[in-house]
Amino acid sequence: MTGETIIYVVLPYVAMTVFVSGLIWRWRTDSYGWNARSTQLLEGKVQRYASVIFHFGVLAAIGGHVLGILIPQSWTDAVGVSEEFYHVIAVIGGVSAGLAVFVGFAMLVYRRLRFPRVKATTSRMDVAVFALLAFGIVTGLLATITNIGDAVQYRETTAPYFRQLFLFNPEPELMTSGGVTLIFQVHVVGVWFLYMLWPFSRLVHAFSVPVGYLRRSPIVYRPRTVRSMSGRRPETRIGR
Amino acid sequence: MKVRAQMGMVMNLDKCIGCHTCSVTCKNVWTNRRGTEYAWFNNVETKPGRGYPVDYEDQEKWNGGWKLDRKGRLKLKAGGPLKKLANIFSNPDLPQLDDYYDPWTYNYDHLISAPAGKVQPTARPKSQITGDDLNLQWGPNWEDDLAGSSHGAANDPNFRKLEEEVKNEFEQAFMMYLPRICEHCINPSCVASCPSGAMYKREEDGIVLVDQEACRSWRFCVSGCPYKKVYFNWESGKAEKCNFCYPRIEAGLPTVCSETCVGRLRHLGIVLIDSDRVEEAASTPDEKDLLEAQLDLFLDPEDPEVREQALRDGVPADWVDAAANSPVYMMAKKWQIALPLHPEYRTLPMVWYVPPLSPVETLGKDLIREGGEEEGVFAAIDRMRIPMEYLASFLSAGDVAPVRKSLERLVAMRRYMRADVVDGEIKPEFATDAGMTPGELEEMFRMVAIADYDDRYVVPKRHGETSTTAFADQGSCGIDFDNGAAVPPGLGTMTGVNGPDPVGGPFGDGMPDGNGSEPDPDFDVREMLSKHGGEGNANAN
Repeated sequence: MTGETIIYVVLPYVAMTVFVSGLIWRWRTDSYGWNARSTQLLEGKVQRYASVIFHFGVLAAIGGHVLGILIPQSWTDAVGVSEEFYHVIAVIGGVSAGLAVFVGFAMLVYRRLRFPRVKATTSRMDVAVFALLAFGIVTGLLATITNIGDAVQYRETTAPYFRQLFLFNPEPELMTSGGVTLIFQVHVVGVWFLYMLWPFSRLVHAFSVPVGYLRRSPIVYRPRTVRSMSGRRPETRIGR
Repeated sequence: MKVRAQMGMVMNLDKCIGCHTCSVTCKNVWTNRRGTEYAWFNNVETKPGRGYPVDYEDQEKWNGGWKLDRKGRLKLKAGGPLKKLANIFSNPDLPQLDDYYDPWTYNYDHLISAPAGKVQPTARPKSQITGDDLNLQWGPNWEDDLAGSSHGAANDPNFRKLEEEVKNEFEQAFMMYLPRICEHCINPSCVASCPSGAMYKREEDGIVLVDQEACRSWRFCVSGCPYKKVYFNWESGKAEKCNFCYPRIEAGLPTVCSETCVGRLRHLGIVLIDSDRVEEAASTPDEKDLLEAQLDLFLDPEDPEVREQALRDGVPADWVDAAANSPVYMMAKKWQIALPLHPEYRTLPMVWYVPPLSPVETLGKDLIREGGEEEGVFAAIDRMRIPMEYLASFLSAGDVAPVRKSLERLVAMRRYMRADVVDGEIKPEFATDAGMTPGELEEMFRMVAIADYDDRYVVPKRHGETSTTAFADQGSCGIDFDNGAAVPPGLGTMTGVNGPDPVGGPFGDGMPDGNGSEPDPDFDVREMLSKHGGEGNANAN
């Protein structure tokens, strides 16, 4: 097995396996620990700006990644979007989202170090997640900025690489041949480690977006016998 | 009509001496652990005062509770689900820890371990979160007995609602105690604020709980509660709150705060409510009619129609009987001496208060001992040291009439019983003047003055035979999740904080694990006591 296979095929599949099975395992065994672990109570002034900038930046960045990776160039060609126009939009969106994430994240790190209360609640897992996030954000932002001239042509290299990966027909050479620069490669490879840590960290809250709130009745009633949402449904109910 | 049973409490403020026993016993049972040091599910405030957390009654600042929109529909004051989701990354209405206080203890160990020196060693306050030295500026009961001029009773948010006249009377200082727990509201805004649906009302008894497995740390319940009685456990990242000691209630026992109240001023019971009309009642246009609207929800447990419907709706027969003997129903609805806390928040709260008669001694001569002139009695109530307008500002949405009625009845009871017991005269007019019958007054006397244990606590047991989890529930204490009361500190999740416990709690290392794991064979309780003695509830003053 070549190094190329290991880092562009084996690692991604290991990471995806850990990610998915880890999430399932955590959900089933530790729904108590499954939460955002907010520290807004302990420090709210910086948090107000940092968290909002960071999270909206992240949402935009995730959206950009999904579009960039999942939509083939042939599709945008078909609807008459020129590659130059696409790239201009992608760079503007990508750089602004990346900067928002970077600034928000920097503020969050500052906050965590500056305020002893927040620092006191920081677990080792938080440190690991922060380190990997920092890595992903910095390399991602650098990759975007260094590719303003579109030398990498990622829509013909990295994007198809991911699509092939998701179709279980990996073509690792897409990542090594062509103009894929080192910073792209480092970003792609490094972020898999974040995914591997994800299920075991506070990042799981990303999968708890409470959309059900929008259609729920305001007051929730529950019979005593249901101990928790993950618990079994009762056979009998009193009060009904 | 859909009948539900709802647990409730009445506190007779006339008897509260502000000893904080309820707070201390509650803390020792429920919140004596990392993450909840600052949380007092039960606290006792001196009124007037800014309260805990500071100015919690100022809903212009905190946006807790409900409001009516322009079309008269009931809406969360802080905004609905869409607004909440848009603000989910940072809750604009969340109190900060310093609005409660930075929890602390003292480094007592230094008193005995300090090297010999020229000055006496002192125990310094240390933050229980960071372990750092604290310069104490604010804390629980900082305003106890009107202390704390830097904050000061004059800043009580309730004063803003009063006429200038009453404010000036403040020079004649007065004070009273207000013990507070979760209101277990019939229309809880915390439940409606929870994006995850983790908070719920129990169908059987209306107790409001947080599903610890479903809470995702969004913290809108904390700000949504106008009484600020949902707390954020900063270690677990979960909301926690007064659970009405439900494991005790289910066993037919009173809550810990009630059981340990030295003034015996707490009364527990259920009321039958018509749950079909809850929203209608909470949407009553005029704030001052909310009390009446809530009383209308309380169904008469003696009414055969109500009893029949209650049984049809699944309320057990012994619960219906308990409702007929409920001190809450009697004091709130039958005698109307108890009033809800801030009904204008539209949450239909279920912890009610009998207003205090000021120091009754100041009224004593006119009102009670001498019998008093009729006009003199009621005029004297209007001149009481605690202005009725002030009581009304938090017990009846500013409407003085219900407060006056309650106080008149309390005075009538004293006059009537004094005439009977001391002078040997039955004076039925003392009762009828206050709109009651002599029989009712005597009943009321037994409830509020004799206050026998069995009269104060009419708590029907849970019907275990209908439970599918009774076996699994054996020995559980209610919060036996990780970081819960049944788990000693130090056993965090992998995502938990493993940082140092800067000062060590009273149940630090060495306590046997109450959660079913092997007991420590070397555990010695004397050793533990000598190690931790005196380090316990430094804040529980």
